[in-house]
Amino acid sequence: MYLTGAEVVMESLVREGVEVIFGYPGGANMPIYDAMMNYPIKHVLTRHEQGAAFAADGYARASGKVGVAMATSGPGATNLVTGITTAMMDSSPVVYITGQVASSLIGGDAFQETDVTGITLPITKHNYLVTSAAQLAETIREAFYIARSGRPGPVLIDICKDTQFEKVWFEYSEEEVVLPGYKPPLHATKQSLDAAVKLIQNAKRPVILAGHGVLMSGAMGELAEFAEKTQTPVALTLLGLGAFPAGHPYHLGMMGMHGTAHANFAIQNADLILAFGMRFDDRVTGTLHTYAARARKIHVDIDSSEFNKNVKVDLTLLGDLQTVLADLNPIVPKLQHPEWLEQIQAWKQESAQRDILYWEQNGKLHAAHVIHDFWKQSLGEKIVTTGVGQHQMWTAQYYVQEKPYRLITSGGAGSMGFGTPSALGAWFANPDKEVWTIEGDGSFQMSLNELATLKQENANVKILLINNGFLGMVRQWQEFFFDKRYAATPITGPDFVKLAQAYDVPSIAVNQRDQINGALEMAQRTYGPVLIEFQVEPEDCVYPMVPSGAALDEMLLRPIKVNA
Amino acid sequence: MQHTLIAKVENKPGVLNRIASLFRRRNFNIDSLNVGRTENPEISRMTIVLDHSDLEPDMVKNNLYKLVNVIDVQDVTNQPTVTRDLALIKVAANHEKRHEITNLASIFRANVIDVASDSIILEITGTVDKIESLMELLRPFGIIEMVTTGQVAMLRGKANGYHPNGHKEISSLERGI
Ligand SMILES: Cc1ncc(C[n+]2csc(CCOP(=O)(O)OP(=O)(O)O)c2C)c(N)n1
Ligand SMILES: [Mg+2]
Repeated sequence: MYLTGAEVVMESLVREGVEVIFGYPGGANMPIYDAMMNYPIKHVLTRHEQGAAFAADGYARASGKVGVAMATSGPGATNLVTGITTAMMDSSPVVYITGQVASSLIGGDAFQETDVTGITLPITKHNYLVTSAAQLAETIREAFYIARSGRPGPVLIDICKDTQFEKVWFEYSEEEVVLPGYKPPLHATKQSLDAAVKLIQNAKRPVILAGHGVLMSGAMGELAEFAEKTQTPVALTLLGLGAFPAGHPYHLGMMGMHGTAHANFAIQNADLILAFGMRFDDRVTGTLHTYAARARKIHVDIDSSEFNKNVKVDLTLLGDLQTVLADLNPIVPKLQHPEWLEQIQAWKQESAQRDILYWEQNGKLHAAHVIHDFWKQSLGEKIVTTGVGQHQMWTAQYYVQEKPYRLITSGGAGSMGFGTPSALGAWFANPDKEVWTIEGDGSFQMSLNELATLKQENANVKILLINNGFLGMVRQWQEFFFDKRYAATPITGPDFVKLAQAYDVPSIAVNQRDQINGALEMAQRTYGPVLIEFQVEPEDCVYPMVPSGAALDEMLLRPIKVNA
Repeated sequence: MQHTLIAKVENKPGVLNRIASLFRRRNFNIDSLNVGRTENPEISRMTIVLDHSDLEPDMVKNNLYKLVNVIDVQDVTNQPTVTRDLALIKVAANHEKRHEITNLASIFRANVIDVASDSIILEITGTVDKIESLMELLRPFGIIEMVTTGQVAMLRGKANGYHPNGHKEISSLERGI
């Protein structure tokens, strides 16, 4: 059939199974928006293109499908940039479709012309400028394939306005995309598997470091089988949380800067590190030259450019994690490490003593208590997104993850403003569930415009706002490393309850621990967006903390409270 | 130590930019980069020479693989290859010196491709070492300008190093245990 370029875009999105687009219209994508009216795809108008990008990312992470965000040329497209880099850093499959000025005007500094493929080149897995409608369908097919396959990531398609009008014969191939230079690896080589078995067999103090890759390849079952068969404890990265059940005796919790002390001690004392789908980010290693110095290291990843990038390893297995572990499990022997597990148990006990959860009630409202109580009250079963800062780390620590795909957070980029729009996206992936976002007062103020979107869509998203009156994480660094000179970290906000009211969003403020459950229940009884503001201790700190420049086991620990 | 990589890439607009952008972003320092046509009009070929003791050629290679338009990358450093560079060298030369310079040129099998009253342009093809040696000898005459194309390399014999199964499967690198 003959279609306009704009119709080709919509028809192709339908063929790719797209259910929802998050976006914002403008001059350069109006033909696509016009065509959209004739297609069965829901469009969600966010209040800023950054919100659309974050929402598409949240949708992708919650659904396992490719998210789609749309924006016009120039400022519309540049407003996506933080969202694109967030998806890039966290390997999230999102396709962005931007309008571009007419092909004849390119290079002439036309109104709202920006070199969008140039700007997004280093922050996309791949990108395209399409100047002819004949290329559109194939480009979209490739873009979705590239976004979701191998190590997933963001792909941008910039489409000239005249291309959107141009009529063309439409055909959509059902076949697997074949690209000469793109073949995601699957199986690791036999030699590397055999070499891994040897190292695993000889280890006395092994630790698994499980990252986002476990979740992305769906290797949770294989991971559990491996850990149990070889009696190997599992530490998780922030984005790996949920890949291994928190209640499992081999679970060490999160590693790294705000990881558990026992995870970090285990890593530093290990004689074998098994890195599964993680990339040794500086937030998990501490100083590199002291990192797991006595350990042999095996790195399994789908992206060979991650090998030996930050940490030099002894053995690399290139492949899809689920496939590699499925190949490895039958050939590793059953192993036992009773002494090592005992040692870890002792470290765990020491961690527990220092936990703020064991503090007596002192009349103050601590964010960690709020999140812990929410976890208990909701049985840890909610899909939770976060902003960035202390509240994010407390969510990682206290909204404990038993199951995969429930925690959605900006890890690699650490983008404030991610929480509320990503919750909106996650809700569109799970419209029959309640989605919560645990926000900071600073982070929320970067995206509170999206309250209007939540309301317009009557999205069942609950905002749990941790208001400490500070850009708390930066304040914490100032407390520890800048003599408590609080430069630009005290932050005021609106009256959040009134603000929510102005958007016609039910809301309540809480400043006592015994009011927490009542407020949570109110939010759960009320369908649609609700905001709960928790007015918490302003100068609380996230512990443990590995100061930058310190070794992973040189943590600042929460002082053991003698008396409240 | 110098490393030579050969990359086969799709002949599409913007591919060179993607590669240059990658090198910049990853802070890879490149000694020379040559891009040219191949026997297949859809494929361009790049010869990349790295000269950095702290730059792992594997890192460069694996990052190049990540680019969708890069079809194949080989590190030919330790394989039998021929490499050639082409240089144009403009030397100050009045009629007294001209003869001496053309003599040197003929020893190196360089061609004289332009003669003006006070200068002469030589064209030389060869390894980097050979070009360097000629440069050394010409320096006392006064080199006004010089330019090289960057090295191109090719494996000796029948091998073209092109992996029919695709590169991704074979790039798993096992390190010494
Ligand atoms: C867009 C962006 N700007 C700045 C930062 C730096 N930063 C990291 S955490 C943080 C404070 C966040 O404050 P808030 O949202 O109130 O969270 P809190 O730490 O108080 O829980 C800042 C400013 C960032 N991560 N992202
Ligand atoms: Mg705050």
